[in-house]
Amino acid sequence: MIPINAVLGLGLLLFCLGLFGVLFRKNLVIMLMSLELLLNGINVILIGLGRQAGTARGSIFALFVIVMAVSEAAVGFALVLAYFRQNKTYDIDRLRKLRG
Amino acid sequence: MFIWIPLFPLVGVVVIGLFGGRFLSRRIIQGTAVGAVALSFLASVVSFARLLGAAEPSQVKTLGVWIPATVVRLLPGGAAPVSIDLAFRYDALAAVMTLVVTGVGLLIHIYSIGYMAHERSTARFFAYMNLFTFAMLILVLGANLAVAFIGWEGVGLCSYLLIGFWFSKDTAANAGKKAFITNRVGDFGFLLGTGLLLATLGTIDLAQVNALAAGGALSKGTATAAALLLFLGAVGKSAQIPLYTWLPDAMEGPTPVSALIHAATMVTAGVYMVARLNALYSFSGTALTVVGFIGALTAVYAATMALVQHDIKRVLAYSTISQIGYMFLGLGVGAFSAGIFHLMTHAFFKSLLFLAAGSVIHALEGEQDLRRMGGLRRRLPWTYRVFLIGALAIAGFPGLAGFFSKDEILAAAFGTGHYAVWALGLAGAGLTAFYMFRLIFRAFYGPETSGPGAERPVHESPPVMLRPLRVLAGLSIVGGYIGLPHVLGGRNWFGVFLEPSTGRHEIALAAPTEFLLMVLSAAVAVAGIAAAYIVYVRRDGAPARRLAERLSGLYRVISRKYYVDEVYNGVLVNGTLQTARAAAAFDRWVIDGLVDGAAALTRGLSSLSMLFDGRAIDGAVNGLATVQRTLSGALRRVQTGYVYNYALAVIFGILVLISLVVTIF
Repeated sequence: MIPINAVLGLGLLLFCLGLFGVLFRKNLVIMLMSLELLLNGINVILIGLGRQAGTARGSIFALFVIVMAVSEAAVGFALVLAYFRQNKTYDIDRLRKLRG
Repeated sequence: MFIWIPLFPLVGVVVIGLFGGRFLSRRIIQGTAVGAVALSFLASVVSFARLLGAAEPSQVKTLGVWIPATVVRLLPGGAAPVSIDLAFRYDALAAVMTLVVTGVGLLIHIYSIGYMAHERSTARFFAYMNLFTFAMLILVLGANLAVAFIGWEGVGLCSYLLIGFWFSKDTAANAGKKAFITNRVGDFGFLLGTGLLLATLGTIDLAQVNALAAGGALSKGTATAAALLLFLGAVGKSAQIPLYTWLPDAMEGPTPVSALIHAATMVTAGVYMVARLNALYSFSGTALTVVGFIGALTAVYAATMALVQHDIKRVLAYSTISQIGYMFLGLGVGAFSAGIFHLMTHAFFKSLLFLAAGSVIHALEGEQDLRRMGGLRRRLPWTYRVFLIGALAIAGFPGLAGFFSKDEILAAAFGTGHYAVWALGLAGAGLTAFYMFRLIFRAFYGPETSGPGAERPVHESPPVMLRPLRVLAGLSIVGGYIGLPHVLGGRNWFGVFLEPSTGRHEIALAAPTEFLLMVLSAAVAVAGIAAAYIVYVRRDGAPARRLAERLSGLYRVISRKYYVDEVYNGVLVNGTLQTARAAAAFDRWVIDGLVDGAAALTRGLSSLSMLFDGRAIDGAVNGLATVQRTLSGALRRVQTGYVYNYALAVIFGILVLISLVVTIF
């Protein structure tokens, strides 16, 4: 039996890694991949806490998150592909149309 | 019937004037114009024949009311309101005038076909000529002064149009203007006289005015004033002192025009008018004396100027002024029928002279200067013959038309005791004979001088021009016999015929005295011719040159036409021009200044308000915008556009929310 703290530590590590990737990497593809990491960190925490509580709710919620992540990735990569076709780059710094 | 007389020329004007320029050929235009006048002449002859057989001395034809009584407003205390009819009267005087106008007019129209053959504006010329004939007939047929005034103004207009026929020539255009403006002065008097008669008598019907004046309905002063005002019109139209200066200049027009308008018909309109109102003038007395003296003075004065002219047409123009002076002289001494008699014979021989002069000018291709003519007798035999007949007639050579009419006038002057007038007339007769034969001897006798006459072959005019000349020459010979005086065994048929119109004017002279006067005037005429022969044929003009040198001052004064034109130009024309210039300056500086000032004021005010707009209103609006920009400038820095900045903000926001939830719950 893996101790709960190890599970929560792994989840937190994955989450922080994902957060770092989203915030500080400049490549859109990597940013999307980091987003997956971020979501999976939360999934680990959800499943670990569910097992600790002795119910299946955590696992069920994680399944919902996975479905949402899949659809998010599909839409996200489609957008990234469209962006790349227009600008021939994945660089996030060039994507500044919202600047005031 | 007589109403047809003026109708034909009117139709001619309409046809030629509307269609002549575009659609009708030269031949058709000429035919229409001549045909219209010919029909008019025919109507005149028929009307005349009927008048001879009729019991009534005059016929009146009223076409309707022209100016209704409601329009004619008279002075308070004057006669009751009257309407003015569009009415025409035909009597002995009108018969003579229509026969002269249409008869002489017909011959001149025919002559014009030849004379104006090389002219381009045929339609314009013949339309004007027909219009003139129409207006002149309205003038002599008008039953009242208002209708006559239509014709009076109409002939003035046609005179202006025809003097300026060659309007591209400056002198012709100016001569037309001069004639028209000078005539306006007279017409002004005519209108005032008409108004005075209308206000005091309540009628301007010519017969009624005569009847009322003879009946004593007018005071002497009013009658004199009205008569003199009307005479002012006659002076302008008939070119008498002091309004004669336009007639010599009018010679700029084509020669048939000079013959028709400025010799035979229009310029005698004044004589006709005075003769028509004979009772008014007789009643006034003073007016009649003025008429006589003006006529006598003009007769001599114009004759002196004719002595020194070098332009063949100008000699004839001054001669016309002088002869019309004779007519007024005759009217002035009360011999109204004699004045009209001279009017008629003058129409014959003066139009003959003008047309013959036109034939000379035509043959010499426009040369009018007597100094460049000479010896034309052999080249232009027919022109010479008819010219000689005309000159003899005007000089008063016994047996020709001018002799009888002029002699009747002079006899009347002597018989009524106007000895000064008679002496002036006799002197004028001598001058007339002299200047006419000076013209003949210089143009037709002597060596053929250099100039067109010698260099080019000179042709006699075509038959279409010569035939009217022969007819007029015949009339100039026999025209006088219809007024053959009693002393020569005649019965003065002409005077008797005119009696219903002009009244009876017996010349109280013993037969021997009258015969003596006749011989005297014939002797004066022959003396004038003989003097001209000696001076210009025998001595080749040497005595004339010597005289001109010895009296160089006088010669200069006469040859410059007594400086009258200069005085008129200096005083009247320049005065008018100066006044006009002053008015123009007033306009420019004062009126324009006011207008421009108002405009400048408006401009200044509006530029002020523009300044306010620009600075205050726009400033406020722009200021608001600037404040917005500055404030928003600070705020927009927040929106960097970097995705990770927004992501960071989201995460911080979540952290804050979570910490809030944790601390509160």
